[in-house]
Amino acid sequence: MTSRRVFLKSGAMAMVTVGFAPSFLARTAAAAGTRKKLFISVFQRGAVDGLNMVVPFGEADYYRARPSIAIARPGGSDGAIDLNGFFGLHPRMASFKPLWDRGELAIVHACGSHDTTRSHFDAQDYMESATPGVKSTKDGWLNRYLQVRHERAGESEDPPLHDSPLQAVALTKTMPRALQGVAPALAVGNTDDFNVSDMGAKASFEEIYAAAKDKTLHGTAGETFDAMRTLNQKTKGTYRPANGAVYPRSPFGQALQEIARLAKADVGLEIAFAESTQWDHHVNEGAATGQIANRLDDFSRGVAALAQDLGERMADTVILTMSEFGRAVAENGSRGTDHGHGNAMFVIGGGVKGREVYGKWPGLALDQRYEGRDLAVTTDFRDVFSEVVVKHLGADRSVAARVFPGYTTPRFPGVIA
Amino acid sequence: MWTRSIAVVSFVMLLAGSGRTAAKAPVSVPATDQSVAHALNRLTFGARPGDVERVRAIGLQRWIDEQLAPARVADAALASRLERLATLKLDSKTIQQEYSGPAMVERRQRQLAGNREPGGANPEMAPGGARRPEPGARQTSEVLRKDRQVISDIEEAKLLRAVYSERQLEEVLVDFWFNHFNVFAGKGATRNYLTEYEREAIRSYVLGNFRDLLGATAKSPAMLFYLDNWMSTADSPSSEPQMTRQRRSPGPQMTPITQIERPQSRARGLNENYARELLELHTLGVDGGYTQVDVIHVARSFTGWTIRPRQGSGLMFVSALHDRGAKTVLGHTIKAGGGIEDGEQVLDILAAHPSTARYIALKLATRFVSDAPPQELVQRAAARFTATKGDLREVVRTIVTSPEFFAPEAYRAKVKTPLEFVASALRSTGAEVRNALPLARELREMGMPLYFCQPPTGYDDTASTWVSAGALVSRMNFAVALGKNEVRGVSLPRAKDDLALEIGSPEFQRR
Repeated sequence: MTSRRVFLKSGAMAMVTVGFAPSFLARTAAAAGTRKKLFISVFQRGAVDGLNMVVPFGEADYYRARPSIAIARPGGSDGAIDLNGFFGLHPRMASFKPLWDRGELAIVHACGSHDTTRSHFDAQDYMESATPGVKSTKDGWLNRYLQVRHERAGESEDPPLHDSPLQAVALTKTMPRALQGVAPALAVGNTDDFNVSDMGAKASFEEIYAAAKDKTLHGTAGETFDAMRTLNQKTKGTYRPANGAVYPRSPFGQALQEIARLAKADVGLEIAFAESTQWDHHVNEGAATGQIANRLDDFSRGVAALAQDLGERMADTVILTMSEFGRAVAENGSRGTDHGHGNAMFVIGGGVKGREVYGKWPGLALDQRYEGRDLAVTTDFRDVFSEVVVKHLGADRSVAARVFPGYTTPRFPGVIA
Repeated sequence: MWTRSIAVVSFVMLLAGSGRTAAKAPVSVPATDQSVAHALNRLTFGARPGDVERVRAIGLQRWIDEQLAPARVADAALASRLERLATLKLDSKTIQQEYSGPAMVERRQRQLAGNREPGGANPEMAPGGARRPEPGARQTSEVLRKDRQVISDIEEAKLLRAVYSERQLEEVLVDFWFNHFNVFAGKGATRNYLTEYEREAIRSYVLGNFRDLLGATAKSPAMLFYLDNWMSTADSPSSEPQMTRQRRSPGPQMTPITQIERPQSRARGLNENYARELLELHTLGVDGGYTQVDVIHVARSFTGWTIRPRQGSGLMFVSALHDRGAKTVLGHTIKAGGGIEDGEQVLDILAAHPSTARYIALKLATRFVSDAPPQELVQRAAARFTATKGDLREVVRTIVTSPEFFAPEAYRAKVKTPLEFVASALRSTGAEVRNALPLARELREMGMPLYFCQPPTGYDDTASTWVSAGALVSRMNFAVALGKNEVRGVSLPRAKDDLALEIGSPEFQRR
């Protein structure tokens, strides 16, 4: 194996007591080979300030660089939530702490792309195509994964893997780059509205789109009507979250609830995508309170509710959060932060080796920073993506090589058991 | 086909007045039914019944020339439709003082009175979300209603113009350029400035000179607020150096400003947001050949360009906040000791840069021709941009009269955006729109909330974004509702059995 793990200061010892919820273990054993794996990709668009999300409170340079927006050391109510004596969660992310304590949440810090761009658009494009620096890539990485799977399924004697029109679903109104490509995928803002109410028109539309020579629209419409049939059968009635989960009433919270609903309806969901927006805090970012605090509150309550709602299904699920790049170490002239480089990802699931911060921490001193200003990148984001594809979704390495063209020797952080 | 005919004043006017323009455009365009329908699809928000015949009668070339000179196209019917939208002609100061200011005071008072918004502050403000009263909120007051009217007026106006304006190309271009210089109504005070921004900074220049358009957006309070430049000031000597290595490059002239008299502002240094998007999105394009050092020097050049949002002020240059050191931008030196002219000089450099010509040509060709427009066309349009020093009318003319524009592979090559879909559906049916707000809600459901596109990139203009299952279902449902004459605020001249299938058909999703 070329996988690597770098223990971070006191975080290292936590590995001894990896804490799976017992129910997850039981479920994994019982369901092995029968239930599909689920991967949920969550994009924080706009470049979340990873240093205020997963706070390196053990770094004096962090406090020097951020006189007005740093998160205080653990202790008071405004302080970071201590994880391992060096890193802490933003105080409004308390809903993540139980996941951490149970060993179901891991963090990869100083993670990102080695491409130098500080453009939101390009960096999101690169992360979702998973080909940094290459703009001509036509499809997103999740779509490429689906393509390779379908191809393999065609070659094997097993039943086809893409029998479900709801195998890959983005809970967004437009198709995210990560899922764009020739493999079927759906973008659905809301499953309740996903129907043509007039039965006669519905049948006629299906007919004319099936006969259409327009390949793009013909293909999308086919997937659309298949999905509609499945959904109408399986997601009737009002959805009630399980296990006391309470989603935020925000668009993000509602999108995550829809994912849980689809997952539990057993419609063959394998890849889900949701996005959280408005992270671009150039002005008055705030610290324990303020803009970023409100966004992190929504983000963490949403993701935690999803994990709670999915319950034992989390044994077969990985939630991965990402953002296009991090933000500058030092606050700018407007008590905000400008575009930076390295960032933090959360990896959540029953099979995650949690309670651990992965990656080599580069430090925040001026000479340790990328271009003298930003958190350096020590883990390529494709290392994490690859590990998900191979160790969670169960693809072999030759599949991963197709999903991540030009990135032939990923070094798994070791975040998934 | 639909038989309703609409008297088109413009075509009559045209016969009298477009000779001069026509003489300037020796290119001859093919005048077949197909080319006429294609031109109508691209230069307008969709053909109305009878449009093809009318354009054929006038001559396609002359009609294009006419659309390129909108000031000469009468548009009185639209003007009377817009009359009831009382805030359209207001300036930002009035909007701040009479609309949003009082509303802010009232909201504060309500909050103090314990009328906490349910669920706490929702930072992910839904587009136009303010229009829907929160459950449990008190009855909407006149003050709050007036405040919401500012946004609903421009939303309605945009739809009404798209459907009814005779100056269709101008409306297409206003949509294009607003999107190019996108600002987001959901970000704080930006909404107070939107009305004036679109009217003055965008609409005035869409067929004018690019440098003027660029300058108008750079100075607009909407942009200054949205991309944070109003907060950007010279770095104070005490703040941590950003990008230490590169900051030395300007040389010894770059003296720290030690005597800064700050007005009541919390700003304490540089903010790169506007500078980066100016280079990446407004001018050069992301591959246009700039570096992070350029971003910083551009940001320094614009320090001191500020506004007072609470007063609804226009651009103010505060020299005490300006970084007066020398800057180097794309190899050009901006001398130390300058003031507001530093920023102007940056805009000059950018507007004249070959990357800008190419990027603007590419974006316009993508809008008018295809998602991947032919290289030769982009090059010719870029050359025209450079030769005319950014005359946008001539660049557009080059594109829409080109052989590539009329090539068979360009026909129906574009998937309509939700706005184009809704507007073209209404145009093709001759619908009467009494209230356009329900249509604005439809657009939100289709993923294109007007004036609420959050990122500075604006909306994408290619099929990969707009063809999705959810979008297709929304379009089919809109088609069904329209066919039954059940779209709120809209009435059809007559019911038509297979209308839903026309509007919801694959062919109608393209232009």
